Amino acid sequence: MKTPEEIFEILKSKFGEEGVTFTGDQAGDPYVTVLPEIFRKVAVYLFKNEDMNFDSLMLLSGVDDANGEKTKDANENEIITGGTLSVYYNLFSLTHRHKLTVRVSVPRETPEVESITDIWRTADWHEREAYDMFGIIFKNHPDLRRILMPYDWDAGYPLRKDYQNPEFYHGMKVPY
Amino acid sequence: MGLLDKEFADSNIVIAKTEDLLNWARLSSLWQLGFGLACCAIEMMATSASNYDFDRFGVIPRPSPRQSDIIIISGTVTLKMALRIKKLYEQMPDPKYIISMGSCANCGGPYWEHGYHVLKGVDRIIPVDVYVPGCPPRPEALLEGLLKLQDKIRNESLTKKA
Repeated sequence: MKTPEEIFEILKSKFGEEGVTFTGDQAGDPYVTVLPEIFRKVAVYLFKNEDMNFDSLMLLSGVDDANGEKTKDANENEIITGGTLSVYYNLFSLTHRHKLTVRVSVPRETPEVESITDIWRTADWHEREAYDMFGIIFKNHPDLRRILMPYDWDAGYPLRKDYQNPEFYHGMKVPY
Repeated sequence: MGLLDKEFADSNIVIAKTEDLLNWARLSSLWQLGFGLACCAIEMMATSASNYDFDRFGVIPRPSPRQSDIIIISGTVTLKMALRIKKLYEQMPDPKYIISMGSCANCGGPYWEHGYHVLKGVDRIIPVDVYVPGCPPRPEALLEGLLKLQDKIRNESLTKKA
């Protein structure tokens, strides 16, 4: 059993100081931020290495950090440009009984993360949901379709902070 | 109403108005489309079960819209589901009736403002006969809604709509 700090030290020595950073002083679980370029390698390492052995992906969630430049359009609606979208992976090892939260942040305009469906099958529908709600593209996902919203929904990604609901969908008025 | 108000000496013959007879037949066997959406559907199932016994009013669930007289919209109508509900409604034969059950089906309920995926009231796509308020309504409330619908059918006319 290892604490997140110990796991971070191992990851840092293995993947270099600039690739991984540790955040532990905020409220809630501490997490390790991994650059998207090396995320895939880190995920394989966390799954396969005997000291880590993270055999269970408990949860995967998308987050709109809303840390870009905020402007108003003609209708006073907020628009965010720049900044990041993030994916949080909550990993658990059933053999070692330790937990780790991994964060991957990608630019809002090109939100592309490597899919980890082939490592943890849990990720399949979770990645589809993150795509559906935030528009995060998971590269090499076997079936990246919308999962909750209608397949022909073309009004954007509902959980983004600057999302605008459409006036009509198939002739049905959407606002109250 | 007097469905049996004139009786002949031969007790095999009963005189009634066509309208009354048709209405009585319709309101006494409202076959319900076996269809539920959210937590309201749980209450609807409880109404069908032995404690409240929907069947005593002639309401039994049918698995096909082709054999149904009534559809109870029991729960949140999402935009994705709304298209399917419309299709189901169109597949039902006339005369057909709709009970909108619970706040979500009535007007969007708790999703009225931020529910980007919810249709704010099923009456935006199909004509509703009876609205049952509640979140979710108790079985008694649904029964009351059904009785109201029966009252409505009882006063229907062949020549003009009730």
